[in-house]
Amino acid sequence: MSGPSAEWDVALAEGRVLLQRPVGGGSTVFPPRAFAPGTGEALEWFEASGLGTVYSATWIQRKPPEPPYNVVLVDLAEGARMMGRVEGVSPETLQIGMAVKARIITGEAPVIVFDPVEQAHG
Amino acid sequence: MGDIFPRGRVSVAGASTFGVGEMPGHSTIEMAGKAVQLALADAAINLSEVDGLFIALPDDLFAGLSLAQYLGLHPRFTDNNRAGGASFMSHLVTAVTMLEAGYLDCAVIAYGANQRSSGGKLSTPARPDRWDAPYNPMYPLSFYALAAARHMHQYGTTREELASVAVSARLWANTNPEAFAKGPLSIEDVIASRLISSPIRARDCCLVTDGAAAIVLTRTDRAKDGPQPLVPVLGAAAATWYNSVTQADDITITAAAESGPRAMAMAGLTPGQIDTVQLYDAFTINTILFLEDLGFCPKGEGGAFVGGGAIAPGGSLPVNTNGGGLSCCHPGMYGMFAMVEAVRQMRGEAANQIAGAKTALAHGNGGTLSAQATVIFGNAETV
Repeated sequence: MSGPSAEWDVALAEGRVLLQRPVGGGSTVFPPRAFAPGTGEALEWFEASGLGTVYSATWIQRKPPEPPYNVVLVDLAEGARMMGRVEGVSPETLQIGMAVKARIITGEAPVIVFDPVEQAHG
Repeated sequence: MGDIFPRGRVSVAGASTFGVGEMPGHSTIEMAGKAVQLALADAAINLSEVDGLFIALPDDLFAGLSLAQYLGLHPRFTDNNRAGGASFMSHLVTAVTMLEAGYLDCAVIAYGANQRSSGGKLSTPARPDRWDAPYNPMYPLSFYALAAARHMHQYGTTREELASVAVSARLWANTNPEAFAKGPLSIEDVIASRLISSPIRARDCCLVTDGAAAIVLTRTDRAKDGPQPLVPVLGAAAATWYNSVTQADDITITAAAESGPRAMAMAGLTPGQIDTVQLYDAFTINTILFLEDLGFCPKGEGGAFVGGGAIAPGGSLPVNTNGGGLSCCHPGMYGMFAMVEAVRQMRGEAANQIAGAKTALAHGNGGTLSAQATVIFGNAETV
C-alpha cells in the first residue's frame, strides 16, 4: 500500500487534482498527509475545483534573451495553498489577487499550472 | 509548564570571529576550529575543559563528530541541529539548559564557512521540496521574494523602504573595520541594482563571504571569574512552524512572532527595554518582518519604521550594528555572527558601540522564513 503522496501522484496522472479534509469536517489539507496536521484526525480525499486566487507572485529573471518566468502561491478555493505558475501572463498583467484555474500538463511528470480566469463584470 | 529558563545563570565566557570576509585556503572545519581556539583563548579556558560541542557546517552533516575529531575531544554531548541560520540560537537553548542542569560544564557553539573562496555562491545542501520544486523557485531567494511581494501588496511597503534596510546596514558597516562591504550605497543604487526574483534585487541580498565564529558558554558563577565582562543569557527561545514558507497561514508573519515574545518573557523584558537588535538579514525584507514580529513596531509598519531611519546610525533602535549579513559578512548561516555582535555590544567592545547598552537581542532565521530563534543577552547589571 502506497502513502498519500503516491496516491496523489496516481490521481494527478489520471487528470485529477486531489485535496484532503478531515472526515468529520475541517480545514483542507495540502500537501497530502497520512492524518490531519495538528489534530491527527483521519482524512478523506476530494477533488479540487481547480479555482484559486494568486496570493503572491515573483518573476525570476534569466539571462537575456531568455524571458523571465513566474512562480506564484495560489490560495485554492477549498482553502489550501500551493506553489505554481500562471501561464499566458506578463509582469504587467500578473497581479496578486487575480483569479486563476488549475490545468494539468500531462506527460512523464505531470504538473499543475494555472490560467487566468476571466472574471464576470457587473 | 514549559519555557522555564535559567535566566542569567549561564553566561558567554568567550567569543570570537575568524576569517570574516575572505580567508582562502581553509576548509570549513579549519575555519570553525580556529574560531573555537580564539574563543577559548578569549575566555582563558583550556581546550581540554570543553565537554559540549554544538555546530552546524554547510558541507558536513556530521559536523559535531568532525569537530570532536578536529579538536581531539571526547565530549559528553554533540549537537548538529541544523535549523539553517537559526541553528546556533537553537544550540544555545540546548547548551544553556544542559549547563544549568549540570550535565555539561563548558559548551562551545561554532560555525565556519568558506563559501566565498570555494565558489562564490551560497553554499547549502537544502532544496525546495517536491511540491515546490516543479516550478523552479530560486532557493532560498524566491521564497523571500514571495514574502516581500505579499508584504508590499498587503501593507503598501515600498521599494524605497526595502532599499533603506540595505543603506542602513551599509552605514553601520562603513565604520566597522571587520565589515566586508564598505563604501557609499544609496537608495537609488539599491533600486537600480540587478533584478533577480522580483521584487528582490542584487543589493537586497546578503553578501557571500567566508567567515567563522564561536562562543564559549559556562555557568555564570564561573564566567564571573573570567577575564571578560559578564554577558549572561537572559532568555532564549526557538520556534518552528514549517519548512517551506509556502505553508504559512500569512506569509508576512514569521515564527519570530512566537520566539521573540517567549524569549523576552524569559528575560523579563519588553521590546522597549532592548537596547540593540542583531538579526539575520538574509534579504532586506527579513529586517522588516522580524522587527514587526519581534514587537519593535506594529505588523505592517516595518517599512515606514526602517524608511524613517530608525535602524540607521543615530536612529532610535540600533539594528545590525556590525553591518549585518547585508554588509558585514554572510558565510551562509549568519546566526553566529548576530550572537557575537550582541556579545560585543554587551561587553562594550563593539566597533560601533552603543553607549550604555545593557540588553541585546540576537535573532536567527533558518530555512525560508521557517525556523526562528531569539536570544537575549545582558550585562552584569541585568542579573
